[in-house]
Amino acid sequence: MRAPSSGDTALGEVLLAVEDVSLSFGGVRALTAVSFDIRKGEIRAIIGPNGAGKTSMLNVVNGFYQPQSGRITFKGEARNSMRPYAAARGGIARTFQNLALFRGMTTLDNILAGRSLKMRRGFFWQVIRHGPALTEEVEHRRRVEEIIDFLEIAAIRKIPVGRLPYGLQKRVELGRALAMEPDLLLLDEPMAGMNLEEKEDMSRFIIDVNQQYGTTIALIEHDMGVVMDLSDRVVVLDYGRKIADAVPDEVKKDENVIRAYLGQPHGVSA
Amino acid sequence: MQSIDGSLDTLPKLLIHNAKVIGARPAMRQKDLGIWNTWSWAQMLDEIRAFSIGLAELGLKRGDKFAIIGSNRPRLYWAMCAGQALGAVPVPVYADAVAEEMAFVLAHAEVILAVVEDQEQVDKVIAVAERLPRLGKLIYDEPRGLKDYDRDRLISFADVQAIGRTKLTDDDECLARWEAAVADGKADDLSVILYTSGTTGRSKGVMLTHRNTIVSARNANAFDRLDQNEEVIAYLPLAWVGDYIFSFVQAYVAGYCVNCPEAPDTVVQDRREIGTTYAFAPPRVYENVLTLTMVRMADAGAIKRKAFDFFIGVARRWGEKILDGEKVPIGGRLLYAVGRLFVYGPVLNQFGLSRIRVAYTAGEAIGPEIFRFWRAMGMNLKQLYGQTEASVYITAQPDGEIYADTVGKPSPDVEIKISDKGEVLFRSPGVFTGYYKDADKTAEVLTSDGWVHTGDAGFFDAKSGQLKIIDRAKDVGRLNDSTVFAPKYIENKLKFYPNIREAVAIGADRDFVSVMINIDQVAVGSWAERNNVVYASYQELAAHPRVYDMIASHVDEVNRSLSEEEMVAGAQIKRFLILHKELDPDDGELTRTQKLRRGHIIDRYSPLVEAFYNGSSAAQISTQVTFEDGHKGVIAARVAVRDMKTYPVSATEMVRAA
Repeated sequence: MRAPSSGDTALGEVLLAVEDVSLSFGGVRALTAVSFDIRKGEIRAIIGPNGAGKTSMLNVVNGFYQPQSGRITFKGEARNSMRPYAAARGGIARTFQNLALFRGMTTLDNILAGRSLKMRRGFFWQVIRHGPALTEEVEHRRRVEEIIDFLEIAAIRKIPVGRLPYGLQKRVELGRALAMEPDLLLLDEPMAGMNLEEKEDMSRFIIDVNQQYGTTIALIEHDMGVVMDLSDRVVVLDYGRKIADAVPDEVKKDENVIRAYLGQPHGVSA
Repeated sequence: MQSIDGSLDTLPKLLIHNAKVIGARPAMRQKDLGIWNTWSWAQMLDEIRAFSIGLAELGLKRGDKFAIIGSNRPRLYWAMCAGQALGAVPVPVYADAVAEEMAFVLAHAEVILAVVEDQEQVDKVIAVAERLPRLGKLIYDEPRGLKDYDRDRLISFADVQAIGRTKLTDDDECLARWEAAVADGKADDLSVILYTSGTTGRSKGVMLTHRNTIVSARNANAFDRLDQNEEVIAYLPLAWVGDYIFSFVQAYVAGYCVNCPEAPDTVVQDRREIGTTYAFAPPRVYENVLTLTMVRMADAGAIKRKAFDFFIGVARRWGEKILDGEKVPIGGRLLYAVGRLFVYGPVLNQFGLSRIRVAYTAGEAIGPEIFRFWRAMGMNLKQLYGQTEASVYITAQPDGEIYADTVGKPSPDVEIKISDKGEVLFRSPGVFTGYYKDADKTAEVLTSDGWVHTGDAGFFDAKSGQLKIIDRAKDVGRLNDSTVFAPKYIENKLKFYPNIREAVAIGADRDFVSVMINIDQVAVGSWAERNNVVYASYQELAAHPRVYDMIASHVDEVNRSLSEEEMVAGAQIKRFLILHKELDPDDGELTRTQKLRRGHIIDRYSPLVEAFYNGSSAAQISTQVTFEDGHKGVIAARVAVRDMKTYPVSATEMVRAA
């Protein structure tokens, strides 16, 4: 039911642009002069073999890592690097490859935590929990309940997330990211370790988030079927370099991509 | 014919009456975004009327059929009544039916529009729409994900109501016309067509009139003294006659409040918040809750476990007697009171059963242990026997006359007789008018003088005077040596063990009885954890030798118990195996109401059945499975077959002595 968007023309303005970004850890070059952009309203996939630099790329985008060179433009504002806090404030939310939830807290509280940047009243007001602070809390709770309804996790609302199965924890993490009402949502392997049914559920949620909230999404994923079905455009990284950037159908046919995935030796003889 | 008040002989008339008389009382609730929303009878009338007029504007007329597809949501119940107000007939369809099944029902019923819950159901209907030339608009409740769909076909529930509301304000005579249409409705108009899921063949559309359902509901309410103060939770499929009667007709007749859960998987939490007073569930619900309790207790600390065991013992000894108002010594009463404070009360509360006045189980035989457990805990659990063709009620157990192995006395206004072949027949005001567009099938079941063949074999118990059901009449067979073989009787004995979820007994026209078993993943999984049995999947757990040993001990006990009953002693289990996958309605192995489709299962697993009778100790099987989204896959496994010893009838005494 998803309208196929072809190439660059059907999409909106550039939301985030990465230009010539290079990142290295000591002697290891994680990213070498990578450039690409993410346009408003699209689902952008970043793929590549293990160790290609995908997660490093996401970490650069949301300010976890500071690149040695290059420029990132987000919502028209250029900078060399971001701080995670500033990125979150600016409207970038993410989920993690290895879950990063508050395990002892309930689903509800975890998602509510995602609202903390949106809370206007300070500590004092929140302790009193009266008047404007109460109004605000009711409003936040309503938003959280909408997300719970959206992700169909009402049954686990009051269960500590540490007791939930992995697939559901992933969903809670997505919920927490959504609670920030982000402009750009970064998903790091949202479907890793899931069975077919869970993957299909998750795919549906990702599409729904994109369509219903109009959220721009960048995702890293290993399951090629999922990537090709979901995304509007795909960036392919290999050994820290961009080797392709196109719509899914073209990427599938790209010689370089096929070579990277089939494990052709990379100059170094094995 | 039973007479009913001419002014209150249809559901829409009852709705208007309730809105007038008890307008401010709650009629329905639904939890949404974590908050319970309530509609009073007056508000509900307003909602239904607006939708009904909207439907009329969309072209729904007297005699038209329209489909209702989805889970228990107020708007879907409203839609039924809204259509009935115009004289149209709702056809609720099982929401978890795959597109194929749905296509058959929608085409057969000739529905002209469908009110559906959400995108999932819209997709299913659109997938088969080509085969439904008469189908017009699809009205949906939940807009999510439907943004890019064909707008000519789809319209939201709220938009239909808006059409109705606009019409009401613009056209002064609209209200009077609608009320006149309601007044035109008669007791003998069709109230609903319910397609039975059917253990064999295509489903049949059971036609019930307003008279059928309202008289049945009125009798049932009087039997259990139900009034407007009851709270029930609607969670069973809309297409099932039980839900139609309990959550709709009985509620309209008594004026009680029906609560819709937030989501299908929040029922227990929602029930706990509401505190239902009148409940209905198939035995498997009571089983699951008991299994869950026992599994959790097994993990509890030693003191808690000891206290639990002690007080459960007290409850087993005195609980049922106290419930039935028998004489109990003061010491027993005191201990029971302490137990209620610390154990029974909290357990019932955990599952939202503290306020239950009347709870029924029906549909299948319930394990006597499970049945007695809940009664001992102080819950008034009773059995009833019913059918779609009877508007549910055939027999029910009156308070104080409760037995685990009977289904009760004839309900008010119901006559019962047993045919020469042992089949149960009944006649009542609730008897259906026929199967829709299927006169042949109707003639097979409904005699000219109003008796209905139930297809169940049963007899009246001499001691209690209550009806006992043994099995489906056609399923009772004989082994090659002409021993009587009642498969369900054996299966039920097995299923009473918490570790066994399903059992399929095979033996008709064979030399001996063999059984295919489905283990219960929760119970066996917890056992595995406590016994250091390592497994990665259901399949691996099912094939584990120690699981086989455990199940073998259950089968052995069943054989021993069978050997004690002369009628069935010859039909003991000689061989069994544990299936590598769970039986599932999506694979056509169970009906939508979770009953075995034995014939289909025997076909599907024919290599295993062969292995039973050619003496092999294992067999290779691969079966196609259907995932929830209709996607298909194959599961293959090598399944081992175990031999069991059987007990001679005479040996029983020796075993006892040993």
